[in-house]
Amino acid sequence: MADNLLEIRNLAVEYHTDDAQIYAVNNINLTVRQGETIGIVGETGAGKTTIAKSIMRILPNPQAKLISGEIFYRDENILKLSEKEMRRIRGNKIAMIFQDPMTALNPIEKVGFQIAETIKLHNKISSVEAEKRACDMLEMVGIPMERFSEYPHQFSGGMKQRVVIAMALACNPELLLADEPTTALDVTIQAQVLDMMRSLKEKLNTSVVLITHDLGIVADFCDTVAVTYAGEIVERGTVEQLFDNPSHPYTLGLFGSLPRLDSTERRLKPVRGLMPDPTNLPSGCRFHDRCPDATDKCAEVAPEDVEVAPGHIVKCINAVGGAV
Amino acid sequence: MKIKSRKKSRLHEIWQQLKKNRLAVVALFIIILLILVALFASFIAPYPYSQQNAKLSNAPPSAEHLLGNDKLGRDILSRLIYGSQQSLSMGVIAVAIAATLGILLGAVAGYFGGWVDSLCMRLLDIYQAIPMFLLSVALAAIMGPSLRNAIIALGIGTVPGFARIMRASVLTVREKEYIEAARAINAGNGRIIVKHIIPNAIGPLIVQITMGIGGCVLAGSALSFIGLGVQPPIPEWGALISDARSVMRQYPTQALYPGICVMVSVLACNLLGDGLRDALDPRLKN
Amino acid sequence: MTPLLEVRDLKKYFQNKGGMLHAVDGVNFKLEAGQTLGVVGESGCGKTTLGRTVLHLTEPTSGQILFEGKDITNPSKQELRRLREQMQIIFQDPFSSLNPRMTVSEAIMEPLLLRGGMKKAEMLDETRKLMETVGLAERFENTYPHELDGGRRQRIGIARALSLKPKFIVCDEPVSALDVSIQAQIINLMLDLQEEMGLSYIFVTHDLSVVKYISNVIMVMYLGQVVEMAPADDLFSNTSHPYSKALLSSIPVPDIHNKKERILLHGEITSPVNPKPGCRFLARCPYAAEECNRPQTLEECSPGHFVACCKYTEIK
Repeated sequence: MADNLLEIRNLAVEYHTDDAQIYAVNNINLTVRQGETIGIVGETGAGKTTIAKSIMRILPNPQAKLISGEIFYRDENILKLSEKEMRRIRGNKIAMIFQDPMTALNPIEKVGFQIAETIKLHNKISSVEAEKRACDMLEMVGIPMERFSEYPHQFSGGMKQRVVIAMALACNPELLLADEPTTALDVTIQAQVLDMMRSLKEKLNTSVVLITHDLGIVADFCDTVAVTYAGEIVERGTVEQLFDNPSHPYTLGLFGSLPRLDSTERRLKPVRGLMPDPTNLPSGCRFHDRCPDATDKCAEVAPEDVEVAPGHIVKCINAVGGAV
Repeated sequence: MKIKSRKKSRLHEIWQQLKKNRLAVVALFIIILLILVALFASFIAPYPYSQQNAKLSNAPPSAEHLLGNDKLGRDILSRLIYGSQQSLSMGVIAVAIAATLGILLGAVAGYFGGWVDSLCMRLLDIYQAIPMFLLSVALAAIMGPSLRNAIIALGIGTVPGFARIMRASVLTVREKEYIEAARAINAGNGRIIVKHIIPNAIGPLIVQITMGIGGCVLAGSALSFIGLGVQPPIPEWGALISDARSVMRQYPTQALYPGICVMVSVLACNLLGDGLRDALDPRLKN
Repeated sequence: MTPLLEVRDLKKYFQNKGGMLHAVDGVNFKLEAGQTLGVVGESGCGKTTLGRTVLHLTEPTSGQILFEGKDITNPSKQELRRLREQMQIIFQDPFSSLNPRMTVSEAIMEPLLLRGGMKKAEMLDETRKLMETVGLAERFENTYPHELDGGRRQRIGIARALSLKPKFIVCDEPVSALDVSIQAQIINLMLDLQEEMGLSYIFVTHDLSVVKYISNVIMVMYLGQVVEMAPADDLFSNTSHPYSKALLSSIPVPDIHNKKERILLHGEITSPVNPKPGCRFLARCPYAAEECNRPQTLEECSPGHFVACCKYTEIK
């Protein structure tokens, strides 16, 4: 499809260590349209970051093995590109923001130069021009130009994350991968950063893949959502479909686990049990041993994707196609 | 994540990890072999170390004397085997002294901080301004040359290295929440240091200990070489090299054999140290 | 009735390169037996230091701490030993709050061992009971913390804190490091334990939605000072301090139909080193005015609801 900026088909990634195989991502399908913001939600170890790293092709080598799948970026399978061709896309067309702003910046280089460096890497322009663009970027993320030649340790956490965002957006990427961009920040600062990201996204018409564990951020920021569990996408759809009509038992469990400000309940309803061991996943549906509605069949048959409403896809054998 | 219900012995777990590193296993094997040779020297050695035979002075290897004889006609193989006793005990005991003092000093300095830390560290600074080998030489010269004095000299000379590593390691462990947790359940300073700090801070030191043994074997040989360690006729690898000096041009192998012994034991210690560093860290598992 | 814990004008300053860091600056509160006091604020607001100062893990600079009506501000060594049996702490990071060289049972048993007066078999028995209480299967007895996941580790931390049967526990962000589904399990466990054992909690967190679930009274802190204190429901329905309002509105809510109006604050938290005498929120406050340069005091704006803002009536 022409309006698909990114399309992931049947992506499967494993990590091999000395004595174990970790099934990190298993047969994931995902599309990102131009200008769309998609949220990938899930808990630790659900494979969220692996998806982002696969798109950027920065999976740890040699532990990570790409088992199958294709990732199309504008009808070009980026998994087939040479490293040199990939360098043209990475950082330029597709940029990534990491969770921890402290480690993403070089502590001994001036903040402004780090941004200018990124710009120069992807554009044939002079240093003076690159520095001017870097100044503009800083202003755009709400940092006064005067702080151009300060070092990262002189910035607070929220400002560092702004700098990281400025760096990621410096080359006007078409797709921004944000891996828990606000998790390390305080809530009031998080609100500022999210607000800034939203306005930048609208201004630049950037598509965003937002990885988070916080359904609140998804509700606030995203157009579509994919819920991951143990390396699979168990449910995806628009924000409205998922929040109004959550259909996979795990999604329902996630909602039940959330402490809500507007609720008067004194007890939470958590999902029972623990995340499965990624080296030894349960047979059939990976959620069956924690699922309140599991039947015997769930332990045997791996569920297929069921489209319960147009664009609303649920990986559960109990889901009924076409139902609303 | 598999959960083992049995409490596995610590050694067994370390062995499981160490096994993966083939070089370290070979090194361990060599060290065990060396220790066995040293322990049973009197059974293994074909001749007493001081038995002279003027007729066989500087004799080449033969069926009776596998590595030949030295200038006094003593069996070189026997002297090497007996020499391992002196060389290895020098390394092991000197490091044991140094490590015990170093761990205590480092743990106390790191845990209490403040003026205690400043005092300990400034003392070590002054101490380290004197070159370690020179210090050992001076100590050995003052106390008189003997195996015991060489060990003491080496042991005291290497304390600062252990103390510094221990202190650095303690400084990171001290900030961990489980130290605060221990204080919250009424654990005293002594218990916190012994039970919580030392076991968690000792990892980097184990490596230093194994490698230190190698270093002390080497330094001990050097002391003996210049005549401040083991006294003749007792054989020691450094002393053997020293003995072979006068005939080095004609019979270079006489100096080569003890040299190889020193090299192999030092190398084995270093390789094992490296392997242990990886094996000891529970967080590096998997 | 005397409250279980009372804190009066508690101050904790740290000497810092730039001057005095006012980590906790004149905090007052009372905690009744069986109740939970939620302490909310962003990083650097002094909430963690407050918890530790109450437990004497750091010594207060000035002020008074009363436990069951008795002054415990400057306890002797013996007094402190006895106090610690009644006051415990659960830490934020289940990865660093457990000694990696101690097995699960060793960690839970240590407080019993230190108190003394029990045989080995009795202690082991007690340890197993505690493990059952916090929902840890007996087969984990001899595993090391690094073999377990965050939720189970946090259960060990809870069992260790419970082992001396304390009356009062400081919970320092006990669920912040956990995934949501595990977080919910631990919160439920803590609520159950409170009911069974009549525990009192000081629940320190940055997460307002969690604190609402567990607290009777909530205290909002900003740069070492209490800006608002109120019964949990009242704080949410009747938020009075501009900072509390901003904090509340900043929480992303998993609801797509009732989108809240965000109050975006400008600027960052100012430095707690040598603060100016006026309202500490002044630099970021949308309602800042001349009179805010005067020191602010907590005033009762409705029964049990205190706010430290000279303009709260206008803001409403």
